[in-house]
Amino acid sequence: MSIDQSTAAKVAKLARIKVEDDALPALASEFNTILGFIEQLNEVDVDGVEPMVSVTPMRLKRRQDEVTDGNQQDKILSNAPDAREGFFAVPKVVE
Amino acid sequence: MSELNKLGLAEARDALRAGDVTSVELTEACLKAIDDADALNAFVHKTPEIALERAKAADDRIKTGDAPSMCGLPIGIKDLFCTKGVPSQAASKILDGFKPEYESTVSQQLADAGAVMLGKLNMDEFAMGSSNETSVYGNAVSPWRRGNDDAQLTPGGSSGGSASAVAADLCLAATGTDTGGSIRQPAAFVGITGIKPTYGRCSRWGIVAFASSLDQAGPMTKSVRDAAIMLETMCGHDPKDSTSAELAVPDFEAMLTGDIKGKKIGIPKEYRMDGMPAEIEKLWADGAEMLKAAGAEIVDISLPHTKYALPAYYVIAPAEASSNLARYDGVRYGRRAQLAQGDGITEMYEKTRAEGFGPEVQRRVMIGTYVLSAGFYDAYYNRARRVRTLIKKDFEDVFAAGVDAILTPATPSASFGLGEMTDADPVQMYLNDVFTVTVNLAGLPGISVPAGLDGQGLPLGLQLIGRPWEEGDLLNTAYALEDAAGFVAKPGKWW
Repeated sequence: MSIDQSTAAKVAKLARIKVEDDALPALASEFNTILGFIEQLNEVDVDGVEPMVSVTPMRLKRRQDEVTDGNQQDKILSNAPDAREGFFAVPKVVE
Repeated sequence: MSELNKLGLAEARDALRAGDVTSVELTEACLKAIDDADALNAFVHKTPEIALERAKAADDRIKTGDAPSMCGLPIGIKDLFCTKGVPSQAASKILDGFKPEYESTVSQQLADAGAVMLGKLNMDEFAMGSSNETSVYGNAVSPWRRGNDDAQLTPGGSSGGSASAVAADLCLAATGTDTGGSIRQPAAFVGITGIKPTYGRCSRWGIVAFASSLDQAGPMTKSVRDAAIMLETMCGHDPKDSTSAELAVPDFEAMLTGDIKGKKIGIPKEYRMDGMPAEIEKLWADGAEMLKAAGAEIVDISLPHTKYALPAYYVIAPAEASSNLARYDGVRYGRRAQLAQGDGITEMYEKTRAEGFGPEVQRRVMIGTYVLSAGFYDAYYNRARRVRTLIKKDFEDVFAAGVDAILTPATPSASFGLGEMTDADPVQMYLNDVFTVTVNLAGLPGISVPAGLDGQGLPLGLQLIGRPWEEGDLLNTAYALEDAAGFVAKPGKWW
């Protein structure tokens, strides 16, 4: 399977990373090197093998669905690049 | 006592308890060593005020006679750990200016035990790299050199700053994290000890996530005894990490008897790679002889799926990374790109992530996005997870056959020069982790112990892999190996 420039552009879009058009050929070529390496996995017989979900067999713990924390608006906003009036601010989303 | 920064944890603890030295004296010695070592670029955020404050508190606590082992011992913290009020940016531009309002569980446990944080340590960006060359802070530099050649060498990665700082005696020990070898490979490159515990031993809460099913924290220290002391403080169940194990943490140091008589040590034939340097081959054989002389039984074993560990890793780790790193969007924390007139929210995401992530991180996020995308999920991601099941089963089979630990080289080569791999394709760099990555995929504990020098005078390490949750037994085997190897070389000071 080989990645062409338009696939590379599509992946960059999905990952929300801006890639300039002139950088796409090099990117596609790097993807192909890495995917070529990964293709080795096709040699392995995985019939009847379960995909690993958890490396250590364990039941995830449950807890009561209750509020244990809160009232930290200032702390939560303290690292925001743009916080206004107690909210995260972003460019206009809806016209 | 002179040159207090050169002490290990155990020696310094004993000196503190005997009243021969104070934590303030130890801390001041380390702070001076750090200020003299800017050429190594190991400490990237220094916290001398916090250090001296904690040292004074530790001295008071030691006087009461009721202080834990780590009390008063100055250490460095990898930049991947969130530390309250102190920059924690995973060596990434995208987290520029980020000061967490909280403390990671592991660094909190160390602080509660009285350990003194000297500052934050350099690393590869988001722990993605094997040479500390992807850091926004610039390269960390190894204190080691090839004889009189002044070419700068890599301390390994991703915990390169931790490795450099411990090897250069800037601190008594440091925290590291290990997703594919990021504690063990740098430890081997600089001649120190590094252990990655069983997945679930250390809480991951508050550690910037790379690949959540593989990440584990661990100590990087000057001896196996020091690793036992520090690991014990770092481990333990944490309700804030649902994958952290609810198991008692043993007294690892008390398990260091050096007696390994009758232990069965496996030598996996698949780790004998084409093109492996003769020096590494010899080191490995010597290590097996040492363990045999100490009373262990050496057996040949097979881990048939070893070859597929790296390819499986380079599906699973980027897939998890693409998901974990989706949170860096320029909204809640970190750095947002300057936007042009009329840019909307999509442009904000795309520009922020293009400017904020370095090339290796971008590459892995995009590979992860691709292998998880519709139509490829089964062919790549699910297949890799099936292969991971087989890799784990390889280990389960040899442990079921009575093997107690597995001996391998830690790395396929000694440290290399900074910049030497610049023109190589990314896969060449990935091969650094060929002996360590299997351990993460299987969730096992692994330790790297310095065992010798190569022809150019650079350290080489051996790796021991243990049964799940049996870090104590693994540390004891490593202790016997350390004793037999008698590695005492230190880098000459040039910085």
